[in-house]
Amino acid sequence: MLSLGSGGGKSTKPSFVSYVTLEDMKIKEKEEGLRSKHPYLLPGEVVFCSANHVLKYTQEDASQRGVYGTLLCTNFKIAFISGESASQETAPPFRNKLLSENDIPLTCVDHIYGVSDEKKKLIIGGQVKSKYPSKLIIQCKDLRVFHFSLTYAKEEEAKKIFQGIVHHSLEPKSLKCVFAFSYCETASPSQASRKSSLTLMFETKEDWSMELGRTKGNCKVSSANEDYAISEKLPQFFVVPFAVSDDDILRFLGKGIPFWCWSHHSGCALFKMACLPTIQEDGISQKYMHRMLDAVTQDQLCPVKIEDLSSCLPALQDLQLSYNKFKQLFLIDSTTEFWVSDMKWFSSLENSGWLEIIRQCLMKAVEIVDYLESAHTSVLIVEEHCSDLCCVLSSLVQIMLDPYYRTRSGFQSLIQKEWVAGGHSFLDRCNHLYQKEKEAPAPVFLLFLECVWQLLQQHAPAFQFSETYLTVLSDSINIPLFSTFLFNSQHHRDTAMKPGHPEAQRSPLNFPSVWDWSLQFDCKAQSLFTNPLYVEKPIQDKALRKTSHQKHQRQLSLPNTLSKPSPRKGFFKEETDNLKKIFLGKRISKWLNPTESSKELYESWQRKPLDYQGLLLPYLDGPAVRVWMQRYLRWVPEAQIFGGGSITTVNRVLELASEIQDLQKEVERRSCRMNSSIEWKQVYSGPPLSARLSSFPFTTTHAWSFKPAIPSSIRQGLGSVSSLADKEDDDSQGSGVL
Amino acid sequence: MQVLGEFGFRLKTETMASASTPTYNSNNLENNSSKNASRESLRMEPLADVPQLPGEERITDKDIIYICPFNGAVKGKVSITNYRLFFKSFEVDPAMTLDVPLGVISRIEKMGGASSRGENSYGLDITCKDMRNLRFALKQEGHSRRDIFELLFRYAFPLSHSLQLFAFLSQEKFSENGWNVYNAILEYRRQGLPNNKWRITFVNEQYELCDTYPTVLMVPFKAPDEDLRKVSAFRSRNRIPVVSWIHPVNQAVIMRCSQPLVGMSGKRNKDDERYLDTIREANGQTAKLTIYDARPNVNAVANKATGGGYEGEDAYQNAELVFLDIHNIHVMRESLKKLKDIVYPQVEETHWLSSLESTHWLEHIKLVLAGAIQVADKLSSGNSVVVHCSDGWDRTAQLTSLSMLMLDSYYRTMTGFQVLVQKEWISFGHKFSSRIGHGDKNHADADRSPIFVQFIDCVWQMTKQFPTAFEFNELFLMTILDNLYSCRFGTFLYNCESVRDNMEVKEKTVSLWSMINSENGKYINPFYTKESSRVLYPVASMRHLELWVSYYIRWNPRIRQQQQNPVEQRYMEMLALRDQYLKKLEELQISDSPRIANNSNSPASPTQLVHHVQTPL
Repeated sequence: MLSLGSGGGKSTKPSFVSYVTLEDMKIKEKEEGLRSKHPYLLPGEVVFCSANHVLKYTQEDASQRGVYGTLLCTNFKIAFISGESASQETAPPFRNKLLSENDIPLTCVDHIYGVSDEKKKLIIGGQVKSKYPSKLIIQCKDLRVFHFSLTYAKEEEAKKIFQGIVHHSLEPKSLKCVFAFSYCETASPSQASRKSSLTLMFETKEDWSMELGRTKGNCKVSSANEDYAISEKLPQFFVVPFAVSDDDILRFLGKGIPFWCWSHHSGCALFKMACLPTIQEDGISQKYMHRMLDAVTQDQLCPVKIEDLSSCLPALQDLQLSYNKFKQLFLIDSTTEFWVSDMKWFSSLENSGWLEIIRQCLMKAVEIVDYLESAHTSVLIVEEHCSDLCCVLSSLVQIMLDPYYRTRSGFQSLIQKEWVAGGHSFLDRCNHLYQKEKEAPAPVFLLFLECVWQLLQQHAPAFQFSETYLTVLSDSINIPLFSTFLFNSQHHRDTAMKPGHPEAQRSPLNFPSVWDWSLQFDCKAQSLFTNPLYVEKPIQDKALRKTSHQKHQRQLSLPNTLSKPSPRKGFFKEETDNLKKIFLGKRISKWLNPTESSKELYESWQRKPLDYQGLLLPYLDGPAVRVWMQRYLRWVPEAQIFGGGSITTVNRVLELASEIQDLQKEVERRSCRMNSSIEWKQVYSGPPLSARLSSFPFTTTHAWSFKPAIPSSIRQGLGSVSSLADKEDDDSQGSGVL
Repeated sequence: MQVLGEFGFRLKTETMASASTPTYNSNNLENNSSKNASRESLRMEPLADVPQLPGEERITDKDIIYICPFNGAVKGKVSITNYRLFFKSFEVDPAMTLDVPLGVISRIEKMGGASSRGENSYGLDITCKDMRNLRFALKQEGHSRRDIFELLFRYAFPLSHSLQLFAFLSQEKFSENGWNVYNAILEYRRQGLPNNKWRITFVNEQYELCDTYPTVLMVPFKAPDEDLRKVSAFRSRNRIPVVSWIHPVNQAVIMRCSQPLVGMSGKRNKDDERYLDTIREANGQTAKLTIYDARPNVNAVANKATGGGYEGEDAYQNAELVFLDIHNIHVMRESLKKLKDIVYPQVEETHWLSSLESTHWLEHIKLVLAGAIQVADKLSSGNSVVVHCSDGWDRTAQLTSLSMLMLDSYYRTMTGFQVLVQKEWISFGHKFSSRIGHGDKNHADADRSPIFVQFIDCVWQMTKQFPTAFEFNELFLMTILDNLYSCRFGTFLYNCESVRDNMEVKEKTVSLWSMINSENGKYINPFYTKESSRVLYPVASMRHLELWVSYYIRWNPRIRQQQQNPVEQRYMEMLALRDQYLKKLEELQISDSPRIANNSNSPASPTQLVHHVQTPL
C-alpha cells in the first residue's frame, strides 16, 4: 500500500501488476498460456475500456491511502485489478466465482458521485460532458462504496473510463444488452443448464400437481394459459378452484381469478387475485366476483376472508422512499461520518420507516395466518396486479405455517412459485435497464428477504438455511445473469430467450437460474448456506418425507379437520359489500382491527412449547425487530467486531457439529468392527472454520486493522442534559454546586 | 402495533406458566409454583411453601390482591419475612407467585384512602430498585393496611429502624467460602508485582492514609511512604494514584486516583507532580503519561470552584490530559429512570427507537465503553495511564475495571471476574451503600445512582460482542445484580473496607461468591473458549450496543419469552450428544483394543478432541 501522505510515493511510478492473484485464476490463465494483465473474464464478457494508474482508496481511511491498479469496464462489470492487493493470507477465505472483491456488476451500481475541486456531485446518466472528475465514488446496491482517484491516470484513459462507466451503468439500455445474453451465447450449454433438482420451478404442470398433492389441496391445475394463450402476465400453468372454468379465466384475461397458493391441513386455503379492470359495470363484475368466491368456498368448504393489501400496506413508492432513506444510513464515506451518524442512530433508523414497514408486513402475514390456522377460513389476498406485496404476504404466510418452506429447497421452490411463476416484475422493480419512464422501482423482493431474516434471527433452529444464504441471495438480485431476476414474467423470459432470428439454427438460450449456486460458489462456500442450528425433523419422518409430514401437521390440530362442517359457509354479507368497493377499484378503509384477531393466536401459540417444525410467529415488539447487520454493516470497517460477533458462536456450533459427525462415523465404524483404517480419512471436510473471522465470510478481513475504533465527536451528543450534569457526584463534599 | 402490544397485559396467568421451559432470566424472583393446596386451606392457614433461607423469620401473613400490570388483579396471600415478600395467588391452576427480597424495595407508599372509591384503589404501591413496581390492594374496612405497611416499612428499611440487615441474620452455609476469592497480595503477585519498579506499601494498614482505600496498595518503588503522605494531601479524599494493573509484557500500568485539589487559585503540588513523573518513568517507554479524566471538560473546570480540578499543562509537563466526557451519577440515575418509564410496565411501542434514544442510557454505556477502550488501547501500545474522575470511586472504577477486562483474559473467567469486582469496586471504595441505599428508607437520596448496574451492562455488552470470550453467562451477571440489592450477602454492603472491617462483614455475613461458586455450573457460558493474551476491543457504536432486554424488561412475561437463546439451547443439546458418542466410543475402545484407551474421559476443548479422533487409529 502506498501512502499519499508522504510526498515521495506520490509522483513515482506506481506499480500496476494487474492480474488477480487468486489461485484458480492463475492456474486458468497459465493453462491458456495467457500470462497477461488481462482480468478474469467470463464467457461472453468483453472489455469496453480501461484505465491504468487508477488509485483505489482503501476504505479504512477514506482519503489518505490507496492501491494502484487498473480500472476497467466490461459488458458485465466494473472491475479494479491490482497486484498490490490480496496477498495469499489476506484473500477472503471464500469467494464468489463470478466476481472478485473489487468487481461491481453494472446492474449493481446504485449511484455514482464525481468529486472535483472538493465538491461532490451526483452523476446522472446522459448528462456527462467531456470533463471528468478527479475522484469517483461508486455506491453499490449491495451497500459497498468504492472511491477511485483518476488523478494519476492518463487523461485520455480517465475520460474514457469515466464515460464508459457512466454510460454502461447509469443509462437506459435494452434487455438484450444485459450480460446474460452474451454469456449464454458463449458459455457451453452444459454449464448453464444444470438445475437444482430439488427445487420445483413451477414451469410444468407436474410441479403444480406435486405441490397440490403435497398440501392436499382441493383444486385443479389449469392449462388454459398454455403457450400464453390468455395472458402474458400469467404463467402457463396455475392452480384454481374446480369451479373456475377456462372461460372465466378468459373473461378478464386472468384478472379477478382466485389463484391457489397453498392449502392448510384443515382444508382452507390461501388464494391471491388481481383486481378487476375498473371500467366494468357494477352488475357484471359483482356477479362475476360472486361466482369466483363461490368457487373458492365450494371447493374448500370454508368461508373466505378477503384481504385487500392496497388498504393496509404502504404503496410501492413509499417502500422505495423508505428504503432509500434506510440504505443511506449504511453508505458511509468516512470514519468521521460514521461516528457523527452514530449519535442519532436510533432516531435515524426510526425516521427511515423501513423497520416499521417490515413490521407491518409481518403483522399482516400473522393476521392471515390467524384466519387459516385458528378460524380455518380461506384467505384471498387481493392486490392490483397480485404480483408485489401479494407475493411478500403469501410467501411469508407459507413460511410461518409450513416447515417445508424453511428448508433450502422448499424456500427456493416457494420463490419460484410465488415470485417467478407469480409474475413479480423483477426487471422493472430492480430497474436493471435504467428505464426511468417504466414503473417505479421498489425493493419488494428485498422486503420479503428482510422479513424472512427477522423470522430467522428470532427462530434460528427453524430454518435450514443461514443468514449468509439470505445475504448472498439478496446480492444475487444484482448480478445480471440469472433468469430468476431478469424478467417481468415467464412469458417475458420465454420470448426474450428465443433466438433473435427465426431462421437461426440455435436452440433457445438457456439462462442459468440463481438456484444453480455452483455457478457462483464452490462446495465449501456453499456449506456456509446451511444453518448449523437447524433442527431436522425426527428421523423416522425422513424416509416418507411428504406423507408423514402431512400427518405430523394434522396431529397438531386434530379437532378441526376437514370433516367438521364449517360454521359459516359462504362469505359474509359485510364482505360482499366490501367486495363491490374493491372491484370497482375504490379504496376502502380498514374494517377490522388487525391485532384484535391475532392476539389469541399468539396466546395459544406461546402456551405450547415452541415446535420448530410447527407454526412460527414473529415477535413484533420494538426490541424484537432488528437491523439485518450482516447485510448492511458488512462493509463498514468501523462496525466490525474484530474476533467477535455472533459468527464466533456459529463457528463453535459448526465445529461441534463436525466433531459429532466424526464421532458418529467412528462409533459406526468401530461397532461394525471394520478394522480398515483406510476408510477413516475424511475428518474436516468443511471449510477451515478458524479462518472465518468476519461476520460475512466473503469479505477480506485484512483491511480491518486491529486498532480499536474510538468514537469521535462524542461531545455533541449529550448537549442538552439537564442541570444535573453540572452537579457534583457527592453533594456532601462541596457546597458550591454549579 | 399498538394493539399487538397490549395483548400481553391481558394474558391470563396460564400464559406465564406456559413458559414451562425454565426461562433463562426468570431467575426465580418471580415464578409460578405448581398446583397446591386448595383455595380453602390457603385462606385458613399461613401461606404454605414459602421459600425460607436459614435465618429467615416469618413476620406476617395477609390476604391481599396483587395488581399485576400484565395479568390484572390477582387475589392471594402475602407473606412477609425479614428477608422477603412472598405472594401466592389463591388460584391454583397454576398458582402465580411473587418472590421479592425486601432489599430491592426502594419506596413504599400508601395508595388511596379509607374513603377512596373504585375497585382496588386502597392499598400499597411499592417501587423497586430492579425496574419494576408492585401494587397491592387491600380491603378498606378496619385500616387493614396499617399493620402490613408498618411491618413492610420496618423490614424493608432495617437500617432506618435500628435493625440489622438480613445478611447479618442469615445462617446460610455453602461449600465454598467466597471471602477467600480475593486476596490483594495474591492478585498483585499474579500480575507479577511487586517487582523492581513497583512495591507494596502498608502505609494504609490502619486506614490512616486514606479511609476509603484498601490496606494493601501498589506504588512506585521510588516513592517512599513519606511522599505518599504528601501526595495524599493534594488528592481529593486522599485517594492517591496507585496501581490497578500492569501489562505483563510492556510493563505499562493503569493507575487510579481522585482529582487533584487544584482549586480556583490553581494550586500546584511538587510532590504530586514528581510522583506522577515517577509513574511515567517506571516502564521506561512512556514519553508522556496519559491522564484520563473521566468527566466532561466543563465539569472538571467547574470542580475547581469546590477545590478540585484537573492536572494543568504547566504543572504536569510530561503528561497529557484527556477528558472522556462521562457524565455524573445524577445524570445516570435520571437516564435509568427514563428507561424504566419506557419499558415498565408497557414497552413503548409506537416510537420505540427514538424513545430509547431519548433516555440516553445506551449513549452513556457507549461513552463508558469508549473511555475504557481508549485506556486499553493506550496501555497496549506501551503507555502508562492515570485514570480519575472526581473522587475516583464511580467512573474511575468503571473505566479501570472495563479496560482490565479488555486487556486481561483472566478477568473474563468466573473467578477472575469476582476478583475484578472485589478489587476495583469493593476494595477501592465504590460507595455501594450510598449508591444503592441498602436498608435505608430515604429513596430520594441524591447519592443513589446505578453506576454498578451500568458497569455490569457494559460487561454484558462485551459478552454480546464476544460471545466466546467470557467464562460466565448472562445469569451470572443477573445474579450479581439481583444480589446487589437483596442484602442476602455481605459482598456489596457498605461504602469501603474500613467500614466493612468495623462491621466485621467477613466474619458475620456470607459472600455472594460463596453461593455462586458452590453451584458454579449454572453460570458457565458453554461457548467459552479459553484464550490468553487477547485484547478485546468492543465496538462502542450504537450500531452494536443494544438494550439488555432480558434484564431491563424481564418482568414482562411476553418479552421474557422472546429472550430465550435458541443458539445456546441447541449447543447444549449438541454437547450432550457429543458426550453420548464419546461414552459409546470409550466403551467400544475398551472392548476393542486396550492400546488406545487414553484420555477419552476428558470432556475437554473440542479442538483437542477432534485432534484425538483425527489421528488414524
